[in-house]
Amino acid sequence: MIKPEELKSIVATDCGSTTTKAILIEKKEEGYRLIVRGEAPTTVEAPFEDVTRGVLNAVTEVEELSNKEILDGENFVKPYRDKNHGIDIYISTSSAGGGLQMMVAGVVKTMTAESAARAALGAGAIVMDTIASNDGKQMHEKIERIRTLRPDMILLSGGIDGGTISHVAELSEIIAAADPKPRFGSTYRLPVIFAGNKDARDIVKNNLEKKTDLFIVDNLRPVLERENLRPARDKIHDLFMEHVMAQAPGYKKLMSWTDVPIMPTPGAVGLLIEKIAKKNGIEVLGVDIGGATTDVFSVFQGIFNRTVSANLGMSYSISNVMASSGINNIMRWIPFHMDEKDVRNRIKNKMIRPTTIPQTIEDLQLEQAIAREALRLALEQHKTMAVSLKGVQQERTISDTFNQTQSGATLVNMETLNMIVGSGGVLSHAPRRVQSAFMMIDAFLPEGFTMLTVDSIFMMPQLGVLSQVHEQAATEVFDKDCLIRLGTCIAPIGNTKKYDSPCVTISYNGNTKEVKYGEMTLFPLGVGEKVEVKVKPEKGFDMGAGKGKEVVREVEGGVVGLIIDARGRRPFTLPEDNKLRVEKLTEWNKVLGTYPEIK
Amino acid sequence: MAHAFTPGLKVSEKAVIYKERRLPLKGEVVAKVGDKVKADDIVAKTAIPGDVETLNIAGRLGVSPEDVKEFLKVKVGQKIKKDDIIAETNGFFGHFKTVIKSPITGSVENMSEITGQMILRHPPKPIEIDAYIDGYVTGIIENEGVNIKTNGTFVQGIFGIGGETRGKVMKVAKSSDSVITEADITPDCKGKVLIAGAFIDVKTLRKTVSVGAKGIVVGGIDDRDIKEFLGYDIGVAITGSEKKGITLVVTEGFGQMSMAKRTFDILVSHEGEIASINGATQIRAGVLRPEVIIPNFNLKEEDLSSVDSSSGIKIGHNVRIIRAPYFGLIGKVTDLPSELEKIKTEAKVRILEVELNDGRKITLPRANIELIEE
Repeated sequence: MIKPEELKSIVATDCGSTTTKAILIEKKEEGYRLIVRGEAPTTVEAPFEDVTRGVLNAVTEVEELSNKEILDGENFVKPYRDKNHGIDIYISTSSAGGGLQMMVAGVVKTMTAESAARAALGAGAIVMDTIASNDGKQMHEKIERIRTLRPDMILLSGGIDGGTISHVAELSEIIAAADPKPRFGSTYRLPVIFAGNKDARDIVKNNLEKKTDLFIVDNLRPVLERENLRPARDKIHDLFMEHVMAQAPGYKKLMSWTDVPIMPTPGAVGLLIEKIAKKNGIEVLGVDIGGATTDVFSVFQGIFNRTVSANLGMSYSISNVMASSGINNIMRWIPFHMDEKDVRNRIKNKMIRPTTIPQTIEDLQLEQAIAREALRLALEQHKTMAVSLKGVQQERTISDTFNQTQSGATLVNMETLNMIVGSGGVLSHAPRRVQSAFMMIDAFLPEGFTMLTVDSIFMMPQLGVLSQVHEQAATEVFDKDCLIRLGTCIAPIGNTKKYDSPCVTISYNGNTKEVKYGEMTLFPLGVGEKVEVKVKPEKGFDMGAGKGKEVVREVEGGVVGLIIDARGRRPFTLPEDNKLRVEKLTEWNKVLGTYPEIK
Repeated sequence: MAHAFTPGLKVSEKAVIYKERRLPLKGEVVAKVGDKVKADDIVAKTAIPGDVETLNIAGRLGVSPEDVKEFLKVKVGQKIKKDDIIAETNGFFGHFKTVIKSPITGSVENMSEITGQMILRHPPKPIEIDAYIDGYVTGIIENEGVNIKTNGTFVQGIFGIGGETRGKVMKVAKSSDSVITEADITPDCKGKVLIAGAFIDVKTLRKTVSVGAKGIVVGGIDDRDIKEFLGYDIGVAITGSEKKGITLVVTEGFGQMSMAKRTFDILVSHEGEIASINGATQIRAGVLRPEVIIPNFNLKEEDLSSVDSSSGIKIGHNVRIIRAPYFGLIGKVTDLPSELEKIKTEAKVRILEVELNDGRKITLPRANIELIEE
């Protein structure tokens, strides 16, 4: 493969479950830039049953739009000759065919089993179920569960190195008794990765070698105090392509085209988020809300976590959002009166016809209400998985007695969070950018100062895999062409019972404005503009320096501006009175200019 | 996004219908190519491995796992009957023995020297697959099942609950836009597949179950009523395994919605004939829609229609609108502008123009219509 410094032209695709997206990136004078983007329906299922058809169609669109020869029949024209001929590398990610579906097993549910789940999620898998020696299920129930779920792969962990082996032995016996069969085809054996107590390797081999395709890697929890997820994650990536996707139609051919191994889409997005956080030294929360699933990525205290909420999404899973959140939680975001029966029917009609789009403002507002709940629930799930290691003894001093943190506490801290990156149709394609900002504020309730951004055309997967080949190219395109800065949200922590009492005073560029409790305010501050703001919260409200203490900070604007959210935190509540609730929602929408005025 | 439209639901009076009948595991195919089969005929059978039971032998004998083998009376792989002795200790001069008897009839699957656990397996469970529709066997899937072909009426619904069943077609609604009540469900409905109109509520639905109807086909139903009928909210759209005593096929959507007149007319024209219906719906990964099949061996090959839905949408096509504010209306495509246009929500989308049956012309996103396939 060409040396990274000589890389001039790159084609990257992401084969999603419905659409295959291709992008062309080239080196210009100012650095690497996105040139064009093309897309075509994914062709994994009948009648085509060959993923490469969709790839060729999407790349053909890129060829037409860029007026560049990229394909010669089914071959990529390489290397780059001039601006109209050839590319240097072709790379791809994939989530087609339902992505990677795994089961994980560990001895203690909140320790090794949870570490195993984190390893699988971090690699881009959907964790169908977690089995643990202490999960309360009978042995035969566990066996039945493995047999009925038909995962693509199993990750077995358990025991610290040198610890007891009997529980791991039992788990391997359970897997052997289930005699699991893979989802695609019956011609290959189910891959099982063992990443547990190294002393149990022989026993696990003995139990599983004949019935499964067994791989052994380093223990993912060698000691209680430390996770070592990388070897298991890398193995999952290898097996994903070699054993799982290779069975899906057309993937063998696609694998022969790409210059680096194909990555699972969420794995690639996670990689990019991790690199962005590290490069800028910031805490980042990323979310990708799709039709069927919602992925959440975070880097807090330098620790990367990813979760996937497999049944929270805006089309196929929309009805499950309602089932999980409860209809009242959705209805609270609707800024007008709508009958419950009507809301239910509209949501179910979207579920059965998932490709339809809102055609009226009311329908758009309902969908964005549902999105708020899907995002809120996905973050709740993420908080329970992105935690400090459980079972670790902590040394405490007297001062810690008053500090409530403990092992197993969530790492997610909305107060220290610097940036939220939103992507997925409902956020990336909202008719007004302020709608995306408002959805993310309501769903995630950022505290203090938080930059809100969206991925303009959802190219984080391609940039993620590119970051493995050429990190600079990936981050340049991410900054210039992918990420749209919406603006900074300023939200004081605290609340009071009375609306319209003073909450916070904001001063910048010689202007001063007092924002009352229960209000939202929008200040103009454009893309790339930075100002120093003085934020003086009232007694009882905190901007990070303590209650009532002023904070001075440089903030950056965006396509929306500077948003002041003085509606309270910890907790944030909407008015219980229905009339007042609608009034307040209408007021906030008007201040932010969220929707066109309905005449 | 030229493909941004929902392929329509098939409603065909005279269609060629193919059905794959496949076992969940490999087994024996009992039908042959060319066989004329009735819906109830068994075409393939197999046995799925039995459930497992675990016995903590070491714990019950009070010995360490590696010593268990000394006390075992059975071997791995051996068939056993309920109450057969699996393990026993020697006791004290033949007394105070600890005896472990098999709780099941089945076989010994595994005995672990590490955990001291024995895994027993129940005998295999037989599974049979019937033909589901009257027709001819046109192909064999080796060790797995058969392909069956029939000619007849084929109606796809949009959403359903309950699995495969059969019954004679019976009209219970006066027209495609009428709403049936409990009074319309009489004891005559027993064993029948009922054709209703625009709506059914939960009380009437329960009445269909109580009189023993096999299935009901209706234009619309409220989600609230489905929730009450099932006892839970449907989360992910995968249905078909509900055991509520009836199979429901909804043809239009949620809410009160007149059944497309053509669908209603076709179905009621077959009153008294046997229909095979299935409510199974799956919206992700390999879309599965509920269906009504009424075989008719008298149809001639030249009368049969076959629609190619991959050709996309064209001017003159009949379409159904599938999103508010025009949900449920039917019309004809009169224009397909290629430029993106801004709709009321301010989203820029590809649109089309439709002339409704009442003569009104409206424009709407292409994503919000579906083809009416015939």
